[in-house]
Amino acid sequence: MFTFDLFWNALVAGALLGGFYAAVSLGLSITFGQLDIVNIAHPAFVILGAYIAYMGNEWWGFDPILTGLVAAPIFYALGVGTYRFYYEAFERRDDEALRGLAFFFGVMFIIEVVLIMAYGVDFRSVQAPYIGGNWEIGAIGIPTRMFVPFSVSVAMFVAVYIYLARTFTGRAILAVSQDRLALELMAADPVRVKQVGFGLGIGTAAIAGALLIIIIPIEPSVGRLYIGQVFAIVVLGGLGSITGTLVAAMILGVAESLVSTFYGPSWAPAVAFTILLLALAVRPQGLFGR
Amino acid sequence: MAGMTRFWIGAGAVVAIGLLLALTDIIANSFWFFAAYVVLQYVVLATAWNILGGYMGYVNFGSAGFFAIGAYTAIVLYNLIKAPLLVMIPLSGIVCGLMGLGMGYLTLRLRGVYFAIGTLALAVVLETLMVNWDYVGGATGAYVIRPRTIEPFGDYVKYLTFVMLVLAVIAVAAARWIERAKFGRGLHAIRDDELAAECAGIPTLRLKLIATTVSGFLMGVAGAPFPLYVGFVEPASAFNLAYAVNAIAMPMIGGTTMWAGPVIGALLLGTAQQIANVTISSELNLLIVGLVLVLFVTLAPEGIVGLFRKYFGRGR
Repeated sequence: MFTFDLFWNALVAGALLGGFYAAVSLGLSITFGQLDIVNIAHPAFVILGAYIAYMGNEWWGFDPILTGLVAAPIFYALGVGTYRFYYEAFERRDDEALRGLAFFFGVMFIIEVVLIMAYGVDFRSVQAPYIGGNWEIGAIGIPTRMFVPFSVSVAMFVAVYIYLARTFTGRAILAVSQDRLALELMAADPVRVKQVGFGLGIGTAAIAGALLIIIIPIEPSVGRLYIGQVFAIVVLGGLGSITGTLVAAMILGVAESLVSTFYGPSWAPAVAFTILLLALAVRPQGLFGR
Repeated sequence: MAGMTRFWIGAGAVVAIGLLLALTDIIANSFWFFAAYVVLQYVVLATAWNILGGYMGYVNFGSAGFFAIGAYTAIVLYNLIKAPLLVMIPLSGIVCGLMGLGMGYLTLRLRGVYFAIGTLALAVVLETLMVNWDYVGGATGAYVIRPRTIEPFGDYVKYLTFVMLVLAVIAVAAARWIERAKFGRGLHAIRDDELAAECAGIPTLRLKLIATTVSGFLMGVAGAPFPLYVGFVEPASAFNLAYAVNAIAMPMIGGTTMWAGPVIGALLLGTAQQIANVTISSELNLLIVGLVLVLFVTLAPEGIVGLFRKYFGRGR
């Protein structure tokens, strides 16, 4: 049942969704793409951020995005701590591949189970004035609960991009996995640089989580579904390319939206993983890979 | 080889004791069989995972996918011809073995981390397929009626548990054989340095394909009796992340370099989970798995087998 109204609506909804995916993948694009740390627990950190936004909203009626912004520095510290642990336990012993992966897998599991024990498996959502509104432009509807996260996400993306491209530390983060030695010769400590980068990556998860719970009610185990999306986006975009991440996020958002409009929402989860498998098999370096 | 016969005497004794317990009423309460079944199922899964993850160094996050396809093959057979258990098991194994073969070809392009993510992707794609396939129950799930009794075991659960015990012994024997054969040494070479192995004339692709096929076959075999065990299968239960986590955590805790590692890990962690399930709560038992996994990969990378060797043994 194909109509052009439906098609344009799906396209716009997909672009909005893609903007949100960009926020979720940005952190992984830094930690995995730039720092070569396979943080498979990234979506779990996003869910943790979502629950913090939920708590702020439920207890004190705070705006979820505001809570996300306040939580971001705390998440930064959490990321720095996690990296220090990871570095001491795995990276320094040059034993990160298999065991580092298992470590993050365990961390993901712990976050999920702790959230289940604290809040159960019921779906939780937040209240905010911009949830539930809808703008009509011609036949196309733009729900504000999608538009607000989209704008915040794009703003965050631009801010992080400028930080990485313009500041010394930012450039050092981009350089650390490419040429460690050169970085050391520039008098920058690679471990400290990676620490900042990882903290930044986890920091974005706090805001992405707040955006997530605005868009859709969540329960602790939905994080797993996002593993496919975020890795598909980062791999498709090309490791090490922040712009590629944004483009890939848009592609995935639109593809998912079209599939769920024309084939039914139950097929949507397979889209990300199919794209991921295709990208891995056909073009492992991604669209904008180095 | 004295070690060889000792292993087979031990395996024979385990099967004989299992048969004795299953045939008689020494253990009257069938709860113990329900619990033992789960632990034994994890012995098969962990051993299967370790053939790939431990010996060859390829991390499979998709164990739940293989397990579930084993279970769903059994459901298809049940729906088609009401196949008995002993028909389901080999066919589920073959289907998952072929899937493993496909995954083996994936290793041509994907190494290390990418392979791990690829397997995770595979599991989710398979889950989506099952959710959308109405013949096997779709999202709502499918019922499989378990016969109440079977001769000469009496209670059907006893029979299931005994079959799983035999499967576990077969899986462990296969892993032990691989470990000692030339094949296993080839896998170790791939784990240490795939390029160097290739250069040394080891047919890496063939070895990888055999390893992924065997590993997939065993995981499918572990999943085949699952529908009869639970009586009702839905995608969320068959593809449960707990299988993937346990399949990784158990060998890591036991030790990945030796066949005994996954067995020890599965027996310890599986039993602990069964106890925690009854006495505390099922969430807490999963938390324990997560914490123990993180603890072991950080502090004791060689697992319990490694610790044992370090403090008591003089090596093998």
